[in-house]
Amino acid sequence: MASNNGAKQPLLEVRDLHVVVAGTNTEILKGVDLTVNLGEVHAIMGPNGSGKSTLVNVIAGRPDYEVTSGEVLLHGQDVLAMLPEVRAREGMFLAFQYPLELPGVRPWQFLKAAVDAVRKHRGETEVSAREFDQMYKAAAIEMGLKPELAKRAMNEGFSGGEKKRNEMVQLALLNPKLALLDETDSGLDIDALKTVAEAVNNRRGPERSILLVTHYQRLLNYIKPDFVHVLVSGRIAVSGGPELAHELESKGYDWVKETAAAG
Amino acid sequence: MTSPKVISRKTSSKDLDQDYRWGFVTDIESETAPKGLSEDVVRFISQKKEEPEWLLEWRLKAYRHFLTIQDKEPDWAMIKYPKIDLQDMHYYSAPKKQGDGPKSMDEVDPELIAAFDKLGIPIQEQKKLAGVVEEEGEPGEEDGVRPPGAPSQVAVDAVFDSVSVATTYQKMLEEHGVVFCSVSEAVKRVPEIVKKYLGSVVPYTDNYYAALNSAVFSDGSFVYIPKGVRCPIELMTYFRINTLDSGQFERTLIIAEDSSYVSYLEGCTAPMRKSHQLHAAVVELVALDNAEIKYSTLQNWYPGDKEGKGGVYNFVTKRGKCQGVNSKISWTQVETGSAITWKYPSVILQGDNSIGEFYSVALVNNHQQADTGTKMIHIGKNTKSTIVAKGISAGKGQSTYRGLVQILPTAENATNFTQCDSLLVGDKCGAHTVPYIEVRNPTARMEHEASTSKVSDDQLFYCQQRGLDQEEAHYVIINGFCRGIFKELPFEFAMEASQLLKVSLEGTVG
Repeated sequence: MASNNGAKQPLLEVRDLHVVVAGTNTEILKGVDLTVNLGEVHAIMGPNGSGKSTLVNVIAGRPDYEVTSGEVLLHGQDVLAMLPEVRAREGMFLAFQYPLELPGVRPWQFLKAAVDAVRKHRGETEVSAREFDQMYKAAAIEMGLKPELAKRAMNEGFSGGEKKRNEMVQLALLNPKLALLDETDSGLDIDALKTVAEAVNNRRGPERSILLVTHYQRLLNYIKPDFVHVLVSGRIAVSGGPELAHELESKGYDWVKETAAAG
Repeated sequence: MTSPKVISRKTSSKDLDQDYRWGFVTDIESETAPKGLSEDVVRFISQKKEEPEWLLEWRLKAYRHFLTIQDKEPDWAMIKYPKIDLQDMHYYSAPKKQGDGPKSMDEVDPELIAAFDKLGIPIQEQKKLAGVVEEEGEPGEEDGVRPPGAPSQVAVDAVFDSVSVATTYQKMLEEHGVVFCSVSEAVKRVPEIVKKYLGSVVPYTDNYYAALNSAVFSDGSFVYIPKGVRCPIELMTYFRINTLDSGQFERTLIIAEDSSYVSYLEGCTAPMRKSHQLHAAVVELVALDNAEIKYSTLQNWYPGDKEGKGGVYNFVTKRGKCQGVNSKISWTQVETGSAITWKYPSVILQGDNSIGEFYSVALVNNHQQADTGTKMIHIGKNTKSTIVAKGISAGKGQSTYRGLVQILPTAENATNFTQCDSLLVGDKCGAHTVPYIEVRNPTARMEHEASTSKVSDDQLFYCQQRGLDQEEAHYVIINGFCRGIFKELPFEFAMEASQLLKVSLEGTVG
């Protein structure tokens, strides 16, 4: 399902992307092609080690990887030439698989600085403390994050589920054009999974695209993607609609591997 | 009451390093002793200050003691520097009194005004500090109208080149019986108290720099809080080294009588000089029964340039004595300046149930070196000490925590908690921890925690992914690292400290 019946507007374009682990010859992505149009939700699935997390991290600019060839465009602009913070300010958000702890850094101050950085980039004024306070509280309530966690340091001493919910709070506050969700479902109990899925669904719309990476079909019961891609050994082996996820569930990744090898 | 002494001041912008915002040179006509250290110089200083005979004698004793140890400069600290030529500096430099000071605040250095504004010092008080000459009888001179938003009142004593130029809020303090003035003035106003306590915590025989300071100290701040008085406002001394090639040897003495309380702040800046300047101060605190002294420092002496040229050598002896029962002394320091920092604010826990605290952030960048920490000497029963030291090393900076916790046989049930954390920024800096623990009473309880961490690439990427650039990301992470210390500072000072960290880190990352 595209954003509408008219001309599709590409938000993210990945062209023949080749990536190695920085400073090595170990190639992880071996020519990935992908187009995500505005308003679409895409799911990247694949077995462990297929490169699906690498893909979203490279798009966000993680320094552990090196792009050897290919291109990534956001709204037609060369993403690979941008610093990670510029990509963020341009509307890209990565929900981390393993959110980092920032000892002593209060979430409130940290996220206000982040929101202000994005606003400044857009030529807008800083958000007032009062306004941000309301935004922050609303987001924390929506994501089911206990208010007392705001008094602690960023992700410090948070449970796995709390960290993921905290990532969703940031998604809500930063209001990105492109949300990259890296295995956001891993380590979540069913209640947390539902909250996260609902939060993502609430943010679907013609002005936003979502690219989510998941190992299991479980998350896709709650977030219905427009497209599913299966990444095997650094390449997209097969793409299809939401039904592909169900097929994978019943047949397993070996079926895709065999199909890819036969193809 | 101190009459505002008159000084004229201009900003000279030449030679200024953009990175050091406090680098203005104040063009003051000063009266300076010839270079070199001698008995004559000691006598000259004492005479200039119109000191009584006992004080001159004390200085001379200190000087004679210094002569016996002058080849024994302490060498145990983890710092490197060329030998300091004590004959190649001035030991006294005072602003000359003259009638043509600035006529209005427009003529005063804007940096100075900005510094005072940050501290919430009312404009009338600022005029005094800046030496503005005004007609007599200006309304509101004593009460001072606070600028909007200034969170609290601070009485300030400004010390330029070891000489106190003005102390504010005298009237209000006098009503409470609080004495807050320069040491020289205290010698005249309350000679018995000065005589009783000067050198009682840091005797001139204590160490090389203490001996030197005792011989040639030119001024500093004096505080006396009478019995049962809670000092109504924060007291602050703003120190500034100005004259070229001058050493700064100020002496601070704070006495808190029974059941009194005082919060004292000191801020330090120095202009940029290509050569090194020596700063060897002595600070003595005495807390009697149930008294509490909270002493906060923001040290931002000129750290030298990126190649390590110039900068202040900060060799300071700070010590407090919890003399009375249930007394408390708390040191909080944020050290971002100086080429070399050598300082160990300590507490002697003599009174039973007394408490000593040391909270420290020391940041070194470029070629700065800091060897700093504390000593907690437990003598009384049930004495308790807390040490939280945070060291941040960036650039080629070297930071050492050196601390001693000593539990003497008399100190039944003494407890100590020590936490030393080091944070490294980049891979050319160093952090070292040298804790000494001596326990001579089996009832003591000691806890020691230490950690060393590096700002990780993953943490940086996380911050960058949220839109912060590398410099902002470092600032956020380092600020978080220091949070436990900043909360010990008075609010305005905490803001200032955080800002200082930011400025000190500029240009080192990314």
